[in-house]
Formats: sequence, C-alpha cells, structure tokens
Amino acid sequence: MQTLVAYVENKPGVLNRVASLARRLAINIDSLTVGPTENEEIARMTIVAHTDERGAHRLEASLEKLVDVLLAENISTRALLERDLALIKVAADQQNRPHLMELIKVFRARVVDVAPESLIIEVSGTVDKIDGLLEVLRPFGVLEMARTGRIAMTRGGDLLQPPLADGERTALETAGSSAK
Amino acid sequence: MKLTGAEILCEALTRLGVREIFGYPGGAILPVYDALGKSKLRHVLVRHEQGATHMADGYARASGGIGVAMATSGPGATNMVTGIATAMLDSSPVVCITGQVSSKVLGSDAFQEVDITGITMPITKHNVVVTRAEDVARTIREAFVIAKSGRPGPVLVDITKDAQQASTEFAWDACVPKLPPKRLRNNHDQAEFDRAVELLNTAKRPVVLAGHGIMVSGAICAFEQFIRAGNYPVAMTLLGIGCFPAKDPLNLGMMGMHGEAWVNNAIQEADLLIAVGMRFDDRVTGDLRTYAKNARKIHIEIDRAEINKNVKVDVALVGDARAVLENLTPHIETRDHSAWIRHINELKGDSAVRDIQSLPDTGHLYAAHVINDLWKETRGEAIVVTDVGQHQMWEAQYYHHNRPRTLITSGGLGTMGFALPAGIGAKFAKPDSEVWVVVGDGGFQMTMSELATIVQEKLNVKIAIINNGYLGMVRQWQEFFYDKRYVATPLVAPDFVTLANAFGIRSECITTRAEVTPGIRAAREANETVLIDFRVEQEDSVYPMVPAGASLHDMIRRPHNPLVETASDA
Ligand SMILES: Cc1cc2nc3c(=O)[nH]c(=O)nc-3n(C[C@H](O)[C@H](O)[C@H](O)COP(=O)(O)OP(=O)(O)OC[C@H]3O[C@@H](n4cnc5c(N)ncnc54)[C@H](O)[C@@H]3O)c2cc1C
Ligand SMILES: Cc1ncc(C[n+]2csc(CCOP(=O)(O)OP(=O)(O)O)c2C)c(N)n1
Ligand SMILES: [Mg+2]
Repeated sequence: MQTLVAYVENKPGVLNRVASLARRLAINIDSLTVGPTENEEIARMTIVAHTDERGAHRLEASLEKLVDVLLAENISTRALLERDLALIKVAADQQNRPHLMELIKVFRARVVDVAPESLIIEVSGTVDKIDGLLEVLRPFGVLEMARTGRIAMTRGGDLLQPPLADGERTALETAGSSAK
Repeated sequence: MKLTGAEILCEALTRLGVREIFGYPGGAILPVYDALGKSKLRHVLVRHEQGATHMADGYARASGGIGVAMATSGPGATNMVTGIATAMLDSSPVVCITGQVSSKVLGSDAFQEVDITGITMPITKHNVVVTRAEDVARTIREAFVIAKSGRPGPVLVDITKDAQQASTEFAWDACVPKLPPKRLRNNHDQAEFDRAVELLNTAKRPVVLAGHGIMVSGAICAFEQFIRAGNYPVAMTLLGIGCFPAKDPLNLGMMGMHGEAWVNNAIQEADLLIAVGMRFDDRVTGDLRTYAKNARKIHIEIDRAEINKNVKVDVALVGDARAVLENLTPHIETRDHSAWIRHINELKGDSAVRDIQSLPDTGHLYAAHVINDLWKETRGEAIVVTDVGQHQMWEAQYYHHNRPRTLITSGGLGTMGFALPAGIGAKFAKPDSEVWVVVGDGGFQMTMSELATIVQEKLNVKIAIINNGYLGMVRQWQEFFYDKRYVATPLVAPDFVTLANAFGIRSECITTRAEVTPGIRAAREANETVLIDFRVEQEDSVYPMVPAGASLHDMIRRPHNPLVETASDA
C-alpha cells in the first residue's frame, strides 16, 4: 500500500483525470479523498494505492504530468499521521447498550445519534483502529457504515505545501537539468 | 475590438504562427469555418478526420512545430481518435479543435453530441471544453504551450457552438496563458551527475541508445559533440533514426526487434548503456530479464515517469536532453574505445553475407531492393514517411537517413493508414523537400481516399506502394509462429495504377529490379504527384527478428539461402 498526496486545481473534471490515470496505469486505488485547502482554488488529495514503490513512483510522476496537478508526492516512507473517519450504525437494544458504551469508550469513539433500536457511532483514527472497533461491533449487528477514506500528513517540520501561484510556472516548460 | 469566438479562434491561430489547418466541416464547427473563410489561414480539406490528425502529426514531425487539425462534433470528433492516440504514443505536438453542441444542451444527447473530452482523456496530454467566447484565445494559447512543452503531446480543445457564435471584446495581450503553477523539481543532484560522469569515464564497452527525444529536444549538435567527445558507438530506436548521420562510422544502426544483429549483440555485451531521449519500448528491449545484463545504465530523459518504468537504471538524469548533454560533454575524459568498436565491427560477421542486397539477382523483386534504390537515387536526402508493417522495417534498415526529421513513422501505436496523410502534412511543412510516402498495400487501402486531398491541394508527393499482396508483417508472424496458416492476411487490392488515374494521379506499376531506378528517376523528375505500385516478392520476411518476449540476442536470422522457390516459380 502506498500513500500519495496531491495538490490539484479545484475545478470540475480533475478528480476524473486522476482516477482515469490510475486506471490507465492499472493501479488499484484503495482510497481517494479530496478536500479544499486554505486556497480555494486548490484542493488536496490523499491517494492510497495498492501498488509497490515502483508503481507509486510512476503514479506520482504521471500525476504531476497532468496539467491540473500542481504537485504529487509519495509520502509512504515518511513519518506520517493518517486518519480515517467512520460513522457506524449498530443495532442496540436495552440489554446490550451498556456493553456497547463501554467498548465505545475503550476505542475513544463517540455516540452521535441514539434511536430506540440503534446507535450511530463516530470514530476517527488510523485504519487499524477503526477496523478494530468494527470487529468488536460486528457481533452486535452493523447496520450501516460510511467511511471517509484516509487523509494523511507528514509530521513535524516536513512540509508539503502547494507551489506558489506566480512563481515557477516555467517548470512546465523546461523541466531542465539542475546540475552545473 | 469586438469579435465572435470563431473569429477570435482564427485570429489566435494566425498569431500563433499557424498557416495550415487540416480539417473537415460540419454543423457544430460551421461558425469557425465561416470565420476561416475570412482569415488568411489555409484550410486543407481532408477526406476523413483521421487523415486530418495524421496530417497535423506529419506536419509537426517534419517541421518541429505544432500541427493543427479540426473537426465537427460527434462523428467528426470520434474519427480523430486514432490520430490523436498515434500522436500521443509518439509524443507529437498536435492541437485538435473540435466543434461541440451548444453549452445549453451539453449533456442532453443532443444531435451529434459526444463527450470527446471524456473519450480522449487517456490519449491526450490535456483536453478542455470551452463554453465562452472570452476563453477561446487564452485556451488556444495554453493548448499550444502544453502541446510543445516538456514531453510534447496532443491537446484537444472542444469549443461549443455558442462560444463560437458569441461576441466579446478581444485583446490579445489580455489573454495570456494562465496555467496552474507547478513545482520546480530538483531533477537530479550533483551526486547523481558525478556518478554519471564516473560511469562514462570508466566504461570499457559503452553503447549510446539514441531516441526520438534528441529530435524533440533540438539536441542534434549537443548529441554529436557528446558522441565525438567519448567516441561512443550509437544505436538508434526507430524514432531516433536521423538524430545522428547514418553514414558516420560510429552509427551502428537500429536496435530492437528488427534491429541489426550486431547492434543487438553489442547492447547485450555492453558494460554501459547511455540512453538518451528513448523510453525502452518492449520492441527495443525484448525480454527484460535478459536485457543488457552486463551493463550499467544511464537514462537521460525529460519525463520522470519513464525512469525505471521498463528497465531499471543506475543513474537517471532527468531533464532536457540538450541541457544534460551539454553539461556532461566537458567532463568526458575517456575516449579510446577502438578495441570495442573493432569488436562490434567483427560482430557484423556474416550479416553482410546474409544481406539480401548481396544475393545474386534471380529476377525476384525484393522490397529491400526498392528501398535501397530509392535511398541511392534520393541520396538519402528525401523525407520518407512510412506506414506500418514489413515495408516500414525495410525502410528503417535500407534507407540511410543523415538528417533529423527525415523519417516520419508511427512507432508506438503502429497505426496503419498513417503514411499517406502524414506525408501530406510533411509536404505542407516542407514544401521544398522531396517527400516519399512508402506504404504497404494493406495500409494504403486504409486511407487512400486522401489521394483526393493531394489532387485538390495540387501537391507533389511521391508514393511508393510496396505491394506484396499480403498484410505482410502479420503473415510473417503466421509463417514463424502459426505454421504458415495465413488466415486473413492474403489481400486483394484494386489495380493501384487505374485507381490513381481515376484520381487524376500519374502512376506506374513496376515488377522487375531493372525498372526500379528508372521508375524512381522518372517520378522524381515529374513536377507532380506520382504513385508507383511496386510488385514485390510476396513471402519475404524481415530479418533479423527478435520474437515477441524473447531475449534481444535470440534473433531469427535470414536463412543463408533465402531464395527458396515461391509459388510463382513452381
Ligand atoms: C511493426 C513495428 C516494429 C517496430 N520495431 C522496432 C524495432 O525493431 N526497433 C525500435 O527501436 N523500434 C521499433 N518499433 C517502434 C517502437 O514501437 C517505439 O515506437 C520506438 O522504439 C520508440 O522510440 P523512442 O523511445 O526513441 O521514441 P518515443 O517513444 O517517442 O519516446 C521518446 C522519449 O524521449 C523523451 N523525451 C521527449 N522529449 C525529450 C527531451 N526534450 N529531452 C529528453 N527526453 C525527451 C520522452 O519522454 C520519451 O521517453 C517498431 C514499431 C512497429 C510499428
Ligand atoms: C490500424 C491497424 N490495424 C491492424 C494493424 C496490425 N498490423 C500490423 S502490420 C500489418 C500488416 C500491414 O500490411 P501492409 O500494409 O500490406 O504492409 P506490409 O507488412 O505487407 O509491408 C497489420 C495488419 C495495425 N498495425 N494497424
Ligand atoms: Mg502488404
């Protein structure tokens, strides 16, 4: 599994281009999330792909060839913070409710909706954590689930910022050599 | 100044230096055609939109500039798909302009509506829909920048009919390209560069693999200086042919599936490969597990996505070939490779004996003879545009090109039907050059309707049909790998001479070797298009051949006595 971050133009069709590219390269996408950034013209994507390092390099370099992609970077080997968010609707009756509440506490999840026959649980964290919670919830009966897919960020001073609007447009024109 | 979107388009194309547009009209692009009529642009009416894209492609490859093709929405646009993919695979800068239904009905399955940007997304470098007249000029300028920059490729601009019709204030200076900012990558660090220099200066058996990127980069001089500095033997890809003179003793010839045996063997024995602007296509490498196992590899390449894609390299110098070579050359110290070059010459061994040129004349007319005579007669100076198949490979082997952009051929997609329209495009790009279209009897029948375009435009293009009565390249595979079961490869053709005459084109049929040179001479002297139907040996094969997936050194060689009797002898 490889994790990539991309900054893209925030306009229609870009998601399609990114997805179409991965399909063309025969790279399976496990999760792809898009959200706005501080700059409303730029969106940030986190792409988690079923591929090896070589495939990730190809995907990264090919993504950056798309006109609407400002930057793409494989961050798999860097110190990362990864988060996934899930809403899980589980069956809950009067009897098992206390047991459920305990599990929820252990996983630092929250109950965000209560109905006579069910609860909605909100949980965020690493994929493993959410998978772990799901596992223990399953015996109660998971009625519905929605997950966001992963977002990721490199830790500490390791910054990954979109390139400046005015600066280096010529990169597209040259991609020139830097040596000497 | 208030102009319509259509007028703005013509104005922008003119300002961008476009002279010819290859296209075909229809409802959704009519406003543009009306504006074209009032402009100084020359419109070349093709007979099929595929032809328009190949013409634009041929124009781009011959000139080094950008070719422009135009079509209407729906079927006009979909007919362009093959030509766009052809340009994409060979990194050719083509701008395609299509009409689209009005923006108000987009998405409603309107008459002749097709999602051409969706269809062409994976086969264009970029594409875009324009729905406002205000955006026409900027978008076209952006399309030109994108098509030509970095690794070139086709760009499609789909303009809705209302955007063509609407009027808006037009000021050229106000519509500068506004492309998204890109990160400047630090392409290779000093350590990598130093490592390349070290490899170059310690190699005992270096071979340079020269590709199409040298042409694209305009690195012809820088490349020659690099080769001279290190005295490196040069092997070329099909699309690299012309980047270094064939007559130079350091030029070994073409590599790969139908490359010369000594070239492939030299690559397999090399201790250093320096790949410049080439992408290690599978036709070039054969089985990757056994490819150049003794060699370290340096890859000079503008597209990061090509690095380690097929062949894992030791040093990658990502950047423009010209810039990288200019940086490298001053650091080259070792230049005595005479023993190695002597060895490669020995590898040529019996190749000369096996060469069809050395065989006694038995009255058979071989395609190789035709190509070789064409080369001699034109002194290697013509622009040759080939189609796809056996004749394409024989051209690569027997026509020796000394100048860049004189061989134009579809390499990556291998598109039959390419040659005739691409040849027309090349003639527009280089009206003073002699252009020869070398095409198989199969491929010619795919786009032969463009003969009418030649006549309508009063062009002078020479056409050599290498007529073997077969889809020859496929027949060869059937001969080698399917026990000569020639399923669907024998091919009936019209009488090409009569056909040409019907178009008003002068034509001749040649069946013996003695007629070849006089026929070529007469064609060259004629100040008009001439088509020659060369009836060549039907069951000849291209040698050597590395079977698909085999190791590069496992070549099928021309049998020592190939003059086996053929059906016509019996
Ligand atoms: C029937 C048939 C048989 C064939 N047999 C053979 C064969 O025997 N041998 C053979 O060689 N080919 C053969 N081919 C062609 C083959 O399929 C490929 O098209 C060809 O090898 C590609 O050559 P290339 O890598 O030089 O060019 P391209 O595919 O055009 O690649 C050019 C490379 O240069 C890079 N580049 C572009 N601009 C620059 C720049 N400014 N600076 C640096 N790099 C740049 C690009 O990114 C790209 O990687 C055959 C094709 C057909 C149809
Ligand atoms: C559009 C298209 N269809 C099919 C092929 C597969 N193909 C490759 S070579 C070839 C035979 C070409 O025959 P011809 O044009 O007569 O040339 P020859 O090989 O006989 O010189 C075919 C069918 C192709 N390359 N392009
Ligand atoms: Mg044929």
